[in-house]
Amino acid sequence: MPHAAQLPAGAPAILGEVRPASLPRAQLVGHGRGFSWITEKICGIAEEKTPPWWWWCFGVACVIASFTVAGLTYLVSTGVGVWGHRSPVNWAWDIVNFVFWIGIGHAGTLISAILCLLRQKWRTSINRSAEAMTIFAVVCAAIFPVFHLGRIWYSWFLFPLPNSNIVWQNYRSPLEWDVFAVSTYGTVSVLFWYVGMIPDLATFRDRFAAAGRNMRAKIYGVFAMGWRGSARHWSNYEMAYLILAGIAAPLVLSVHTIVSFDFAVSLLPGWHTTIFPPYFVAGAIFSGFGMVLTLALPLRAVYRLEDLITQYHIDCMCKITLATGTMVGYAYAMEFFIAWYGANPYEGFAFINRAFGPYAWAYWIMVTCNVVTPQFFWFKKVRQCTWLVWVLSLFVNCGMWFERFVIIATSLARDFLPSSWGYYSPSVVEIFTFFGTFGVFSVLFLLFIRFCPIMAMAELKAVTPQAIPDAGHAPPGESPHG
Amino acid sequence: MPALFQKSANRLPLQLILYLCVVACVATAGVTYYMTPKYTRVGYAPIQPVPYSHAKHVGELGLDCRYCHSTIDTAGAAVPTAQTCMNCHSQIRTASPALASVRASFETGRPIPWVHVHVMPSFVYFDHSVHVNRGVGCVECHGKVNEMDVVTQRKPMSMGFCLDCHRAPAERMRERKDVFNLDSPTIAEAKGILVAREFIREWKISPPQSCSGCHR
Repeated sequence: MPHAAQLPAGAPAILGEVRPASLPRAQLVGHGRGFSWITEKICGIAEEKTPPWWWWCFGVACVIASFTVAGLTYLVSTGVGVWGHRSPVNWAWDIVNFVFWIGIGHAGTLISAILCLLRQKWRTSINRSAEAMTIFAVVCAAIFPVFHLGRIWYSWFLFPLPNSNIVWQNYRSPLEWDVFAVSTYGTVSVLFWYVGMIPDLATFRDRFAAAGRNMRAKIYGVFAMGWRGSARHWSNYEMAYLILAGIAAPLVLSVHTIVSFDFAVSLLPGWHTTIFPPYFVAGAIFSGFGMVLTLALPLRAVYRLEDLITQYHIDCMCKITLATGTMVGYAYAMEFFIAWYGANPYEGFAFINRAFGPYAWAYWIMVTCNVVTPQFFWFKKVRQCTWLVWVLSLFVNCGMWFERFVIIATSLARDFLPSSWGYYSPSVVEIFTFFGTFGVFSVLFLLFIRFCPIMAMAELKAVTPQAIPDAGHAPPGESPHG
Repeated sequence: MPALFQKSANRLPLQLILYLCVVACVATAGVTYYMTPKYTRVGYAPIQPVPYSHAKHVGELGLDCRYCHSTIDTAGAAVPTAQTCMNCHSQIRTASPALASVRASFETGRPIPWVHVHVMPSFVYFDHSVHVNRGVGCVECHGKVNEMDVVTQRKPMSMGFCLDCHRAPAERMRERKDVFNLDSPTIAEAKGILVAREFIREWKISPPQSCSGCHR
C-alpha cells in the first residue's frame, strides 16, 4: 500500500521515505490448521481406543493415590498424632500442602478469568486443562485442613449450620474466612470449567451419536444440556461466560490473600507482615504457571499438539513465570529489608534464623528454585528448548512447596520462648499422604484427558486463520488477529 | 439420526431441582427433629434395680435431695449406698420384697447397680457444687423429680441447653434457700427480672462461654 499517500498535510517529508517494519502477530494455531482439523484432533483424543500409556500411567497414579487413602485411613482410625506435629510446631505439612495445592490452582483461574477479560487470545489453547488443574488442585488442597481436624465427621462444623450445640463459627478467625474463600473458589472454578465445556460436550455428543455409540452420546448429551449451537444459544453463552469471568477475576486475588491472612493476621514474627497478600498471590500464580507448564508440555508431546500449543504459547507462559517469579524474589528481599528497617528485634531474628538457622537448607532451596530458576526464561534459547522448560517448571513447583514450608516451619520452630524451641520433621505417614496427593491429582487429570474435551474447540476455532473473513487474501503472517 | 432424548427430558432439570429441594427439606426436618437430644435423650426412663419412687419419698414424705445425694453441694453427684436406705428401712417395711436387693447389698457390701439416667459425656467438665451453691435449682436440669415414680430425663442436656443458661443466667436463678425446693419459683418469676439481674451482679455470677470452660 502506498504509505506516503496517507501522510497528513504538513508532516515532515522524511516520513514518506520511511518504510515501517512489518511486525507480524504470532499465529495462535500453527500450519494454518482449520476447523475440521481441530475437531478431529481434540475429539479424536476421547474417541480413540484407550492407549496403553494411559493405562500404565493410570495404574501408577492409582497406586500412588492409594498412599493418601492409606495415610488418611490410618490417621482417622488412630488420631492426628500420627502426623509429626509437636509443640511448638502444631501445624506444618498439612498447611504447607494445603497452601501449595491451592496456590497451584491460581494459574487456572488467572488464565480463564483475567486473561479472558483482557482478551489474551493465547489462553484458548491452555485454559481448559488449566481449569481442570485448578479444580483437581482444590480437591487435593481440601484434604489437608479437613483431615487435620482429626475427627472428620465434625468437618461440617466449618460451615455455619444451625445445630443443637448452639455454637457459631468464629468469624474473627482467618481460618473461617478460608472456608468461604476456598469453597467459593472451588464452586466458581467448577462452574467456569463446566460452562466453558458445554459447546464442546455437544460436539462430543453429536459425534458419538453419529458413530452409533449411544451410551456415551447420552452421557455427553446430559452434560451438554441440549446445546444446539443456535445463535441465541451462543449469545446467551457468551454473556454467561463473561459474567462468570467477572465473578472469577477477583477470586484470583482474594483466595490467596485470605490464605495469606492465616499467617499475616497472627502475631508471630515472620508471619505478621503486610506484604503477605500480594506476595502470596504472586507466588500462587508463579507456582500455578509452573504446574501448567509441567502438565501442558507432556500433553503437547504425547498428542502432537504443537500446532495448538505453539512456541508462542510456551513463550507467554514462561514470561509470566519469569515476571511472577521475580516478584516473589522481590518479596523475599523486601521481607529482609523491612525486618531490618522495622528494627523489631524479634522480626530481625526470625529472618536471620530463616536464612542461617536450622532450616537454612530449605531456605536456600527455596531461593534457588524460585528466584534463580525463572531467570533462565529471559533467554529465548531456553524458552525454545521444551524439555528444559519442563525441567525448570519442576524446579518452580518444588521451590514453591519449600517457600510455604520455610514460612511455616521456621517461624513456629523458633517461638518467643527459647525454652520451647523445637525442630519439626514430618512423620512417615505425613510424607506418604502428601506424596499420594500427586497420585490423586494424576488420576483425576488422566480421567479428564480421557473423557473431556481437553481444549476449548469452539474458542480455538475463533483464533484460526480460517476464522478471519478475508483469510484468503491476507499475506501470510499479517493476520490482524492473534 | 433419531433424537437422543425424549421431549419430556426438557422438564427433567426442573423436576430434579424440585425433587432435591423436597428431599433436602425432609432431611433437614428429620434430622432437626429426630437426631437432636431433644428427641434422643428426653424421655429416657430406664428400669432401675430397685423400684424407688421419688414421688413417694420426696413429694409425699418431704425428703431433701441432699439426704441421699449427699455430696451434691461439695463435690459431684453421688448415688446413695444401701446404708442410706437402711437408715429407715431397717425399721420400716423390713420384709418388703421390693427391698430385697437393698438388703442384699447392705449385707454383702456389693453396690446396687443403679442405671445412670442423666449421662454427661466424658469430654464435658461439669461440677454440681458450683451450680447448686450459686442458685441453679435441681429442677432446672432434672425437672420435677419429686413427681416422678420412675426417674425420667426431662431436659435435653445438649450443649445448646447448657449454653442457653450460661448466656442468660438471670432468668433461671433461685434464692439459695430454694435451690433444693423443686416446686419453688425462680427469682425472676417471683420478684421480676430486675431483681434477678441484681442477684447475678451481687453473686458475681459469670458462667463461662468459652470452649475451655467446659471442654477442658
